[in-house]
Amino acid sequence: MHSGRRRRRALTEKRESPWSHRSFPEAAKELLADSQIRRNVRHATNVIQAKRNRVVAELEDWEQLREAGAAIRAHALEYLDNYLVQFEENCTRAGGHVHWARDAAEANGIILDLLRRHAAKEVIKIKTMTSEEIGLNRNLEAHGIHPHETDLAELIIQLGHDKPSHFVVPALHKNRQQVREIFQREMNLPDLGEKPEDLASAARAYLREKYLRIKVAISGANFLVAENGAVCIVESEGNGRMCLTLPDVLISLVGIEKVIPRHRDLEVFLQTLPRSATGERMNPYNSIWSGVHAGDGPKEFHVVLLDNGRSPILADSEARQTLQCIRCGACLNACPVYHQTGGHAYESVYPGPIGAILTPQLHQMQEGRTLPYASSLCGACYEVCPVKINIPEVLIHLRSKVVQKDQKTIAGRLGLWNMGMQAAAFLLADADRFSMAQHLGQIGQKVVVSQNGFIERLPLMLSGWTQTRDLRPLPAQSFRDWWAEREKAKKNYASHETIKRNDTKELGDAGKH
Amino acid sequence: MPESIDARTAILSSIRTALGASSRPDTATIDASYSALSRRYKREGALQSEALLGLFTHRLIEYDAGVTRIARGQIAVEVARILTERKRMRIGIPGGLPSAWLPAGFDFQNAEHYSEHQLDELDGVLTGCTVACAETGSIVLQTGAAQGQRILTLVPDYHLCVVLAEQVVETVPECFARLGSTATLPTTIFSGPSATADIEMTRIKGVHGPRFLDVLLAM
Repeated sequence: MHSGRRRRRALTEKRESPWSHRSFPEAAKELLADSQIRRNVRHATNVIQAKRNRVVAELEDWEQLREAGAAIRAHALEYLDNYLVQFEENCTRAGGHVHWARDAAEANGIILDLLRRHAAKEVIKIKTMTSEEIGLNRNLEAHGIHPHETDLAELIIQLGHDKPSHFVVPALHKNRQQVREIFQREMNLPDLGEKPEDLASAARAYLREKYLRIKVAISGANFLVAENGAVCIVESEGNGRMCLTLPDVLISLVGIEKVIPRHRDLEVFLQTLPRSATGERMNPYNSIWSGVHAGDGPKEFHVVLLDNGRSPILADSEARQTLQCIRCGACLNACPVYHQTGGHAYESVYPGPIGAILTPQLHQMQEGRTLPYASSLCGACYEVCPVKINIPEVLIHLRSKVVQKDQKTIAGRLGLWNMGMQAAAFLLADADRFSMAQHLGQIGQKVVVSQNGFIERLPLMLSGWTQTRDLRPLPAQSFRDWWAEREKAKKNYASHETIKRNDTKELGDAGKH
Repeated sequence: MPESIDARTAILSSIRTALGASSRPDTATIDASYSALSRRYKREGALQSEALLGLFTHRLIEYDAGVTRIARGQIAVEVARILTERKRMRIGIPGGLPSAWLPAGFDFQNAEHYSEHQLDELDGVLTGCTVACAETGSIVLQTGAAQGQRILTLVPDYHLCVVLAEQVVETVPECFARLGSTATLPTTIFSGPSATADIEMTRIKGVHGPRFLDVLLAM
């Protein structure tokens, strides 16, 4: 492909992407005002978390499973080149075709070529975040091919012209009434009820006709097994099994980090993934297959291995663990920030704590730069992560990368934040300078202290702090000053006895308060 | 596709550069590192047969599956009873299903080469299984004798599955140990009937796979 064409296509994709380039605070502000979304998100995350906690508590070896999961994923990443080549060999031997795509444009190109070769006008799809990542649906539609999402939640998103807000339950921001409205309108079912059963039945009937008719399917994958070229996909509804077995042609688009060394490693992840993701002991359906099998399933099978910004992340030894993620979504459900804002505030295919570290890295810190700050660093995400990704540690690491990158530009160096932080670093590094700053503060604060004795409004960049709280002014005497004075007084006493008595008296007085 | 070969070289070299090693380790080093990985989780279950089957039954019921414990010699009788109860007459079966499991009076059809449309016409399907996991209430099907191809147990709306007591293990690792030699066969691990919780996190049965699952646990 000519680089010019690729660049042009990348630009088109960017323009059409449903994700704007707003910062997290901007997007969050808008979403926080939507009380319906907040109610829906809070309800859904509370339910999943309660279920997750219950089934996790059942396993006495949960911590050992997390450790093993983390160790296997870290090992796979450390030898990623080896395992990818092994996977390619074994998948090919089993009758599959393996393609490699450096970026979104290349992956879209490969998939489009395959679909054209089969003269496909429609495809059925299993939920795949990787396809969302490369903007596959928009690209297919632009070339006259209609993709049908078959996961119930993805169908709700597609028919509602919406975007996913969670990567396990993408439509968790919609309640049953909203889903009913979408289905009534888009499936032409004016009498449809609003019970979840009614809505699921409507989806069953709507999609069954498509399963039986459309001969090409597109999926993602949960795991690729290097040792035998197997692919593993977990799901609940059976839409995945339909797409994996009914069509003649299956194309699986998979991030390069999804490979695991051996088949037996699934015994760890098929325990931790369902319990973390949906609070089930095991997913209703788990499909594992290698290549093509005569008389069972597609006659043609393609795997598209997608890099799209992943390989450079391996170079950063502190942030590499980001790629251990198995996309369970537990960190989203546990996050107090996600609880409040929902997924759309992250303006990214991958929301929540994992999105906050993955998105900026996939874009070489050019996009999603505010995401590492979209966290209180409380650590709940780390605690629930089934592969022990230390998300708070990576968040801090990425914050420093954002700052370092900013400091390389003149605008960044002269920015208010950088100047302020540099000044703070200068003052806090030395006792004398700190003391001098305190004394200046005691004088300077007089203009901002209100009549009630509190600071109600700080100027400029500090104003955020006083938006929801009042601040006590600096006391007339700082602790350091008081200490110095006390030390001086001590020296003036004639004997230790006097000091001792005096101290006891002070303590006694303090006790009375 | 030359573009693809280029991409392959580029991605692999980008990975190698990022991992920072000028020469990549050999297979022996990688295997040694793999063998040293921490695996202190539970592999073997501790439950004896009665407790084991009890746990399996309990888990299946939680998924809203029907479970009946029966004697080995009673399979055909129980198949007849349950199909009558469910009013299902036209039942697809895979090749290699023991004929002793099939009672008279029903329309059993060998559905091995059925198209999805033919399968859609059936009232249900009767199969065996490869192995079952008590801790998660899951049953494993692999393409082959008494289990058929994957769509057989997918398209029909009703699945009656016969599980033999010795096929039940306690833990997921025990389950995978049994699958070791047949790992490359198309495999489906299923836990209860098809389900979704996509609308308000309410678990509801039956979206695209079989909406009704009955298990006969043969002692």
